[in-house]
Amino acid sequence: MKNRLKILRAERDWTQAQLAEALEVSRQTVNAIETGKFDPSLPLAFKVARVFELSIEEIFQD
Amino acid sequence: MNTPTNETGKWTSRLKQNTLRLGYWTAAWVVSMALAAFGPTFIWQSDTLPNLLAILVNLGFGIGWIIANKHNLRGLDEMQQKIQLEATALSLSVGVVAGLSYELLEDAHLIGFQPEISHLVLLMSLSYAFGLFTGNRRYR
Repeated sequence: MKNRLKILRAERDWTQAQLAEALEVSRQTVNAIETGKFDPSLPLAFKVARVFELSIEEIFQD
Repeated sequence: MNTPTNETGKWTSRLKQNTLRLGYWTAAWVVSMALAAFGPTFIWQSDTLPNLLAILVNLGFGIGWIIANKHNLRGLDEMQQKIQLEATALSLSVGVVAGLSYELLEDAHLIGFQPEISHLVLLMSLSYAFGLFTGNRRYR
């Protein structure tokens, strides 16, 4: 599953650590999602969408 | 810079607290285990009451360790939980398969020594560590 996490994070000038803290996950997990090594669960995807104030579809693509 | 949260560090500090608590329970359990194992030889010379007390204390710390471990696992994020699950599954599978084969070897008199539970614990610990290592590497 592809995602725009890295781009969106860079646009907001957030570090992986800051995003990880907002999502209540480790920095390693944010990195794994960004690189496509780990697909988040639906609840975590919703949380990501809430943090970026976007819909899930605007962040994650099949 | 507009940060994504106003609760910076809260999750991380909770995780650290859980890990520390697990560390304390682990240390207490290991020390009480050593006391129960070596106490009869070096301290109280096989008296029944101290033996029973040492074993009960060890059991109590063991239960505390199990609860702390469960609490720690629940505090991890979903990817860390997945890594832990896979490592635990590997350790359990290896433990059951190798443990039973080990017992069969002894029953068939193909090994010349008595199988010890410590061998199985060591094997399970090593396979768990290997599972954690490969899991963390995969998602790095």
